[in-house]
Amino acid sequence: MPPLLEISDLRAGYGQIEVLKGISLEVQPGEIVALIGANGAGKTSTLMSISGCLRPRSGSIRLAGQEIHARAPHEIVRLGICHSPEGRKIFPRLTVLENLQMGAFARSDKAGIQQDLDHAFEMFPILKQRTTQAGGTLSGGEQQMLAVARAMMGRPKLLLLDEPSLGLAPLIVLKIFEVVKKLNDEGISILLVEQAARMALKLAHRGYVMETGEITMHGPAANLLADARVQAAYLGG
Amino acid sequence: MTPALLLAQTADIDAWQAFWQYALIGLTNGALIALVALGYTMVYGIIELINFAHGDVFMLGAFLALTLIGAMGLEQAGAVQLWLGIGLLFVVVPLFCAVLNVTIDRAVYKPLRNAPKLAPLVSAIGVSFVLMNVGLLWHGAADKHFPDLVSRQNLLGENAAIEFSYKDLLVIGMTVPIMIALTGFVKGTRLGKAMRATAQDPVAATLMGINADRVIAVTFAIGGALAGAASVIYGLYINTVGYQMGFTNGLYAFTAAVLGGIGNIPGAVLGGLVIGLARSFGSAYVGERWTSALVFVILIAILIFRPNGLLGARTREKV
Ligand SMILES: Nc1ncnc2c1ncn2[C@@H]1O[C@H](COP(=O)(O)OP(=O)(O)OP(=O)(O)O)[C@@H](O)[C@H]1O
Ligand SMILES: [Mg+2]
Repeated sequence: MPPLLEISDLRAGYGQIEVLKGISLEVQPGEIVALIGANGAGKTSTLMSISGCLRPRSGSIRLAGQEIHARAPHEIVRLGICHSPEGRKIFPRLTVLENLQMGAFARSDKAGIQQDLDHAFEMFPILKQRTTQAGGTLSGGEQQMLAVARAMMGRPKLLLLDEPSLGLAPLIVLKIFEVVKKLNDEGISILLVEQAARMALKLAHRGYVMETGEITMHGPAANLLADARVQAAYLGG
Repeated sequence: MTPALLLAQTADIDAWQAFWQYALIGLTNGALIALVALGYTMVYGIIELINFAHGDVFMLGAFLALTLIGAMGLEQAGAVQLWLGIGLLFVVVPLFCAVLNVTIDRAVYKPLRNAPKLAPLVSAIGVSFVLMNVGLLWHGAADKHFPDLVSRQNLLGENAAIEFSYKDLLVIGMTVPIMIALTGFVKGTRLGKAMRATAQDPVAATLMGINADRVIAVTFAIGGALAGAASVIYGLYINTVGYQMGFTNGLYAFTAAVLGGIGNIPGAVLGGLVIGLARSFGSAYVGERWTSALVFVILIAILIFRPNGLLGARTREKV
């Protein structure tokens, strides 16, 4: 069986600057994979390439063996990749409910959508009390929950999460990680980009370390956690 | 034009009656401006482009209506044929303007989607001139009479103090349902929500599986259709069309969109009504020649206190 996601020797950039310098990475079905690295390493660019928003210059991206890197972003969603982007990107003047409906935009199975909506409210009860509130008026933590819930609404095979813990109180971070774990238990594979490297590696099965556009280390998450270089650079010694 | 005309007719009735008459004229004209303003505001909302060619699409719509009226011989037609003919105008002209608007976007703006903002803006001005020249070739440089197909008969009775004719009824009877339908579409339908989502955050919308190109095309189509409907109403109501009508009316409509808060749909309607009223009262109480200046004084005054327009940016976005 091919990996669910397989990135091979991917190069991409903006204008003259190349920010992904030939990276390779894979996610097996059922895995949580953490992608860690310093600011500006290219983590967000990697996720944006997978979603089709950043065009690769060379290399390939495959989903279950099928090449997807030439496809438009809206088609990639339909193939089963949902993305909770950096900075949350909630629709500020749509209500919480409408934001969640947008997450299911690519689907037409009404019953399934309703089921997933109930499921999202079960995971984030606070959102249920806020259904008619404009997304832009939610607190930062609530917005992050909405961003994750919105991505869930696409019922993805692969969920891309870009710094879901950014700027959140520790308790809410725990809550989000708990949900990530639950989603994974339900069979969703997850590629998780995180600054909170220790937590991410504790949760993940495997991890990749990225430095200025290159993958410098990868392996089982436990090994990375124990690695002296990783500890020094990303886990605060 | 109409306010001045009515000013003469109503000079002898009492001041309050005159006031209400001007208010009615203002609202009717304002509703027309609003219909054109919606096209500016919707396109701006999605791709942040002031589509300067929009007014000229409106002008070409009126020209098509004029040609079709001649071709169908509607001036000589009986009542049933006349209303069927007018009904047909309200189908064919909006369709034409929708296709024209989408074509302009595909051919000119779309290749410049990722270029700096000034590039599509200058192109829009260029397209505006091209369309004006098409109009010039089509119906010539002189203003043309647009057949007076709808009766001026006062619906409130021959001797009523306020005049509300079939023409006024046509304007209100067309614009109000169109605006209600548009609001229902944008608020209630899947595509309407996708449109709002794309306007608020195009990247996030794409990540939801929304095809931005399709949403943009639909937006241009709707804006064009609204301009087309407005052009038919305008012709039947004002009865004079010319190749420069797109420029002047487009300017008022664009101003209405900014006044209401560019990108905001109810704002465009409100802005249209405010400008319609300002023009009507202005020409009645201040003098016809001052109306344009007055409208822009009001615009500037409002923008000083509400820089985002009357209804612009009500929710602050959290970072
Ligand atoms: N739209 C853009 N235009 C030009 N350069 C960009 C753009 N987006 C990102 N970059 C550059 O690409 C590099 C990688 O950025 P990216 O956002 O992928 O990093 P990151 O690993 O996600 O960082 P962070 O942890 O700060 O989020 C950076 O040097 C950044 O300045
Ligand atoms: Mg990032």
